[in-house]
Amino acid sequence: MPANRFNGHTDYGIGIGLRSPHYHHILTRKPVVDWFEIISENFMIDGGRPLRILDQILEQYKVVQHGVSMYFGSAERPNREHLQRLKTLVQRTKTPWLSDHLCWGSVDGRYTHDLLPMPYTFEAARITAQKIREVRDFVEIPVAVENVSSYAEFHVSEMTEWEFLNEVAERADCGILLDVNNIYVSSQNHSFDPFTYVNSVPAERVAQIHIAGHSKYRKYILDTHDHPVIDPVWKLYARAIERVGHTATLLEWDDSIPSFDEVHDEALKANRFLASASLATAV
Amino acid sequence: MKLLSLQRHMARAVMTPLTRAERMRAVAPDGRSMRAVANQIIKPNDRLTSFERLEIYNRQYWFRVLSAFAEDFPGLRAVLGGRRFDSMAKAYLIDCPSQSFTLRNLGSRLVNWLQKHPAWAGERQHLALDMARLEWADIEAFDGLREPSLKPEDLASVNPAKLRLRLQPYVSLLALRYPVDELLLQVRKDSDDLDVASNTFNERHKRKRVSAVAKLKPSPIFLTVHRLDEDVYFRRLDREEFAILSALHAGKSLNAAIESALRRSPIAVADRAAHVEKWFHTWSALGWFCRLEKSPKIEKAAARK
Repeated sequence: MPANRFNGHTDYGIGIGLRSPHYHHILTRKPVVDWFEIISENFMIDGGRPLRILDQILEQYKVVQHGVSMYFGSAERPNREHLQRLKTLVQRTKTPWLSDHLCWGSVDGRYTHDLLPMPYTFEAARITAQKIREVRDFVEIPVAVENVSSYAEFHVSEMTEWEFLNEVAERADCGILLDVNNIYVSSQNHSFDPFTYVNSVPAERVAQIHIAGHSKYRKYILDTHDHPVIDPVWKLYARAIERVGHTATLLEWDDSIPSFDEVHDEALKANRFLASASLATAV
Repeated sequence: MKLLSLQRHMARAVMTPLTRAERMRAVAPDGRSMRAVANQIIKPNDRLTSFERLEIYNRQYWFRVLSAFAEDFPGLRAVLGGRRFDSMAKAYLIDCPSQSFTLRNLGSRLVNWLQKHPAWAGERQHLALDMARLEWADIEAFDGLREPSLKPEDLASVNPAKLRLRLQPYVSLLALRYPVDELLLQVRKDSDDLDVASNTFNERHKRKRVSAVAKLKPSPIFLTVHRLDEDVYFRRLDREEFAILSALHAGKSLNAAIESALRRSPIAVADRAAHVEKWFHTWSALGWFCRLEKSPKIEKAAARK
């Protein structure tokens, strides 16, 4: 949905991930970009150059926060220091919503720094939803959960991934950051129809969409964010936009990062789908 | 299996060290077959066994933490050599896995760990420790907190006998046996050059760096690692400067810090005041001192005025 309670009733267009190789270009050339997504953890620090650059970016651009280590699905309680630092950053960026992943990555105070897949059980859905609510209550802005790409499935799962996503989103009453590349990657790794997934997501909860590239290996696909978006992912994106409307869209490019213009041009390809969504709404 | 139990099983497997060939081990840390662990929790598919699917995460974990760690300690890598550094990094990360939501803190326990495990550096133990201290101080200086700096007017009505100055949280004071600051700058310069260099050039630079480490002789230095205009700098200090700053950092009053630092100094008594004035001028200009915290007593007095 273009503007809904899960993205702070904003109507953002196409953004790209703010990455350090592009800092100089952005600050000196001041390119026209709808918005930037930052990795929250990179700026949850006490001082120094990263925060100075962030402040300069904030003077000119809209910024949305995306986290990688809140681990909504970890069985342990949220880390208080993490929460406090996240809230401090929220106050700095004035992000209308924030997102993190539907995954786990830490246990007993030890961090893997990975987005590990969830077992799709009702117990996990309950614990995850509780944690999302706790985080949202603390940061006092809408929270969206992102579906991750995965390479393993658990015996204990009681439902499909999209059923689990819906269960968590309903229980937490939170938004969804729909990553269509992750859906594609997981569909290839687990042999399901990615369109079934996209068609099952509650459209009214989608706060934002992610697109990205990946790497194909002989027996599986790895979500590497180091290539342009492939056609099958654009097709999934088109279907997602058809269902949810003109939604804030972000291209992730995290490795082998090309020039700013190349990344931005790749992101702007989303325009052709967003334009048709706008047209459909107008008609 | 309950969520917590499954996550413990999987995390233990994911954080198990890889084999020399960078594959998942056949035996789990608790002695169980890793294949049995994988089979118990993970489904196979038509292309990958449960073991192979778990192995993807196991390998990704180690590739990620090792590369983040190596990125933070290029100087220590130069001191130990690539192969020994890689083995040391694995041993360190087995003993000290991340306890923080950010990879930035991965090396926070390295200095203590190296002190307890001297075999990794052998004859270069002191050199390795000095380099690890410097590289950790560099990380702290890069994004440490900057409090409001002390201003001359803050000192106007303060009694020096009671004045306690605090250093900025991002400032580190290091007493080192080796001049590792120069070595680290050289390592970084080499690394920048390598980004644009040919293989032959790379090889020549590698040899140059090895020789620089081999030639490095003990030569004690006192160093501050600090930040200016958001760039991190290493600044060498005189022995007395270091002593004053360390005493202030330890909570001594200004007078006590100066007295204790200069007690055995070879600087002529007549010249000391000028030195102290010059040092304080430099430190203040660099913004190393935090603004004084007003005591409730002073605030009450100010309010009465």
